[in-house]
Amino acid sequence: MLDYLLAFLILLGAGFTFIGSLGLARLPDFYTRLHGPTKATTLGVGAMLVASAIHFSVGEGGPSLHELLVTLFLFITAPVSAHLLSKAGLHLRLRSRAPAPGKASGEQRD
Amino acid sequence: MILDTALGIAFVLVAAALGLNFWRLLRGPDIPDRIVALDTLYVNTVALLVLLGIHLGSALYFEAALLIALMGFVGTVALCKYLLRGDIIE
Repeated sequence: MLDYLLAFLILLGAGFTFIGSLGLARLPDFYTRLHGPTKATTLGVGAMLVASAIHFSVGEGGPSLHELLVTLFLFITAPVSAHLLSKAGLHLRLRSRAPAPGKASGEQRD
Repeated sequence: MILDTALGIAFVLVAAALGLNFWRLLRGPDIPDRIVALDTLYVNTVALLVLLGIHLGSALYFEAALLIALMGFVGTVALCKYLLRGDIIE
C-alpha cells in the first residue's frame, strides 16, 4: 500500500519536472519560458521530496528531516530567482508576445 | 517491485527533462533564457539526486542535494545582478 503511494508521488514529481522542462524548451518567448519551469519544477521536486521523506521515515523508524530542509530552501528561493530573472528580462527589453500595456490602452481610446 | 518500476520511469523522465534544459541552454536566443535553463538544470539535478537516494536507500545524498540547490540559487542571483547592474557586489 505504501509502495503505491510512493510510486504515485514519484511519478507525479517526475511528470511535473518533465512538463516544466518541456515548457522551457517549447514555449515561444522569454516570459512564458520563465513561467514553465519555475512553477512546475518546484512542485515536481516537492512531490519527490515528500516521497523520499515518507520512504526514509518508514524505513529508518524515526522521522527524516533532511528533505524538509531541501523543500523549504527550494520553496523560498524559487520565487526570488524567478523575480530576479524577470527583472533582468525587463531590463534587457526582451521581446514579448503580449502587447505593451500603454500602447494597448491608447489604441482602445482612439 | 512497483517502486522500482516507478523509479525507472522517473529516471527516464528527469533525464529527458535535463536534455531539454540543455537544449535550451545551447539554443536560447537571449542571455536570460540561458540563465533560466541553468537554474532549471540545478533544480532538476536536485530531483535526480533525491531519486538516486531513494533507489540506493542512502540518506547521504541529501547533503549534496542541499549544496547543489544552494549553489544554484547563488549562481542565478549573481548572474541576474550582473545583468541588472553591470556588477555583482557594489
